[in-house]
Amino acid sequence: MKDRTKYFAYPYVLWIIIFIVFPSFLVLLYSMTTKESNGLTTIQFTLENFKKFFNPLYINILWDSIYLAAISTVICLLLGYPAAYIISKAHLSKRNTLLFLCILPMWMNMLLRTYAWMTILGNNGIINNLLSFLGLPTFNMLYTRGATVMGMVYNFLPFMILPVYTALSKMDIGILEAADDLGANKYVKFRKIILPLSMPGVISGIIMVFMPAVSTFIIPQLLGGNKNMMIGNLIEKLFILNGDWNFGSSISIIMMIIILIAMSIMNKFDVDKEGGARLW
Amino acid sequence: MKRKLILIAAVLCIVLIALTGCSKDQTQTLSILNYDIYMDKSLLNEFELKYGVKIKYDTYSTPEEMYIKAKAGASNYDLIISSEYMIERMINEGMINKLNFDNIPNYKYIDETFKNQPYDPNNEYAVPYFWGTLGILYNKNNVDASSDSWAMLWDENHSQRIIMMDSQRDSFGAALKLLGYSMNTVDEKELDEAKELLIKQRPLIMTYITDGAPDIMVNEEADMALVWSGEAVSAMAENENLDFVIPKEGSNIWIDAMFIPATTKNQELAEKFIDFLCTTEATLRNIDEVWYSTVHTEAINEVDEELLNNPAFNIPEEDIEKMEMFRDPKEFIDLYTERWTEMTAE
Amino acid sequence: MVKKYLTKIYMGLIFIFLYAPIIVLAVFSFNESKSRGNWTGFSLKWYIELFQDVDIRNAFYYTITIAIVSAIIATILGTVAAIGINSMKGKIKSIILNINYLPVVNPDIVTGISLMILYISFSISFGFNTMLISHIVFNTPYVILSILPKLRQLDVHMTEAAMDLGATPMYALRKVIIPEIKPGIITGFLMAFTLSIDDFIISYFTKGEGVTNLSIVIYSMARRGVRPTINALSTIMLVVVLLLMILINKRSNGVESRKKINKSEVFK
Repeated sequence: MKDRTKYFAYPYVLWIIIFIVFPSFLVLLYSMTTKESNGLTTIQFTLENFKKFFNPLYINILWDSIYLAAISTVICLLLGYPAAYIISKAHLSKRNTLLFLCILPMWMNMLLRTYAWMTILGNNGIINNLLSFLGLPTFNMLYTRGATVMGMVYNFLPFMILPVYTALSKMDIGILEAADDLGANKYVKFRKIILPLSMPGVISGIIMVFMPAVSTFIIPQLLGGNKNMMIGNLIEKLFILNGDWNFGSSISIIMMIIILIAMSIMNKFDVDKEGGARLW
Repeated sequence: MKRKLILIAAVLCIVLIALTGCSKDQTQTLSILNYDIYMDKSLLNEFELKYGVKIKYDTYSTPEEMYIKAKAGASNYDLIISSEYMIERMINEGMINKLNFDNIPNYKYIDETFKNQPYDPNNEYAVPYFWGTLGILYNKNNVDASSDSWAMLWDENHSQRIIMMDSQRDSFGAALKLLGYSMNTVDEKELDEAKELLIKQRPLIMTYITDGAPDIMVNEEADMALVWSGEAVSAMAENENLDFVIPKEGSNIWIDAMFIPATTKNQELAEKFIDFLCTTEATLRNIDEVWYSTVHTEAINEVDEELLNNPAFNIPEEDIEKMEMFRDPKEFIDLYTERWTEMTAE
Repeated sequence: MVKKYLTKIYMGLIFIFLYAPIIVLAVFSFNESKSRGNWTGFSLKWYIELFQDVDIRNAFYYTITIAIVSAIIATILGTVAAIGINSMKGKIKSIILNINYLPVVNPDIVTGISLMILYISFSISFGFNTMLISHIVFNTPYVILSILPKLRQLDVHMTEAAMDLGATPMYALRKVIIPEIKPGIITGFLMAFTLSIDDFIISYFTKGEGVTNLSIVIYSMARRGVRPTINALSTIMLVVVLLLMILINKRSNGVESRKKINKSEVFK
């Protein structure tokens, strides 16, 4: 039985070769060739595209993207961890409802969720109208870096709450009771038991927030006013507007490498491996 | 039970694929690529009914984006509407078919002024669609426009209340004109100066946007914006505090035209569609939608008095004299793109 | 006692943060004027405009069609593949699993551009087919990843017993394996469906010839500014989602609401 069902995987193997392996190879190929050599007969290999990226201009974009994504991730963690903790401690009857309420916004289209903030943050938006109604000074909020970060936090916060909650709810209450019996105070209990045991959840939360945040191009465009270019915007621009696939591909490769590195570092910290798919 | 489910799923699948597959074969299709919000879309439906064809309609926001889409090869557009300098480039690169004007009798309505233009000197490739200019839309209550200069867009008193266009030739155009250079400069030094000027402007900018400026201006969330004339007309119709100025240094005059890319499989149908858009009725309806200045000799006689009095629609002769049309800078275009990317990345 | 109130206030603030934008959208969809900050009166005109909008209708049709078709194909492809992968061993298995993992860990934008390059390289014209294939490409890994754990839990002896009793492998597959892994298949299908409906980036790079989806239409509308028709659209979508979730939750308390969590478990 086992031996024969093995062949069931073959159609999919063919599928992934055509639609995953081969396209990735094409991106790699483009990243290492010149713009002029896009015919198959006259391939010219070069590392020029990667070198170009190390121009301070582009490196700054990379750092800025990582910086903004990291800030959003930290804020998500600071906001999301307590929320996940509270939910996990809530009465069983309420827990599902609370969780449901955290998930529900994720079911709304992401573009819509981002768009919603344009109405709220605008110069004549809800917040500013409210402020001026109260006789308070108004602020420029939309089209700022702050708006970009806020958009990311808003969009990705549930991605932090859920895995942390899962980790916390799996925790063995017996251990906590044992700690109580041994006279551990709340702080010690949190630091020595709860936090370490929830680490796998925190780590997948961090990955799940950081990854989409670092590569987004919609949020800086709609909420950031196109002023702070992030790495995703650069890639989009190079492919859609400039038609510079070679440079665009090299940046994609760099981004892929960064994410793979980030994930493998995170995986090292992850104790709760369940086997199966693992990174290189 | 499960088998039934799988069966149902499979049938559903086949039906859906068949449905989408069939509609392709039965009727002729016309694939159109146009600027965003640049046509009364009910015209598409009318044309479909009239000729029993199906129209696939795609949009883009800047000529550069259009060029990449048309060039990519994986798209078989039958008709594209875009701006003169990109058309010039595509003609030079052999990407455009010559038109058979026997199929476009309504070409006679096109104003002679817009024929024989440098991008298509012998009127072989393109039929003008609309024309217009670039200028500053501003709020009369907040902005003093007496300087009548591009320098308005660099006014620090309006920091974070200025909107720039997310389009390389237009934004560079404004900067180059302010510096007293040609909008078509092929001098690297001049371009670099313009880039520096745009970088200097960055802290003052509220947002870089294409197509979105009128909405923000109507809501009075910004003081001024670099816009195309039709955007100004539509914004001014919605908010009477808004006004439009074409700076004294001179501006850009542009012509958008319809053409048939070499990838077409339906040249004749595309020509029929061009002809359809050149009818007086279709032109009037498009004017009502896009508010740009018309190239149509009959339609111009039928637009409202109010519109004719609007200098953003009926652009004054003395302004036109100072205007410059974008040209294709050939290989130098790469430098524009590069400098623009650098500017936005700064 | 104080702590209890604090936690209540905290959760309250989190929910205000999560829901304020959505509520604002919904409220302003009934606003008479286009203004974004001022309430000028109740009106349904944006809903009427929404239903007359050809672009949105078109995009809605393609979004739903592609979601259904891609989810069905991904589920069939993924189920078969998962059964096969599960009975594989060693290096090949881990290579396949790692490749399968790529669309999950790769930023969508990279998946998007790599598929775009593929289509252009082979002059496949953009349109319904490219978008459909792209959706299957990024959906199927999620289906496989939600079925594999169920297959691992599967009692090997049961299949063996069935075959000892004279069942053919196909029969055993149908009567023993499939029923056992059914929850995984359903989860996989629903995940594929929702991911497809929600996708913007990959569709953005593989759309063409008049085929778009709702995300793309919303994107191009939002770039033009705030539009009450989008508010109306989002209100309707929210209500539909809400009804759907309540319905699913009623049927299988809590199980389905973990769907999105599964996406996070995938990363472990």
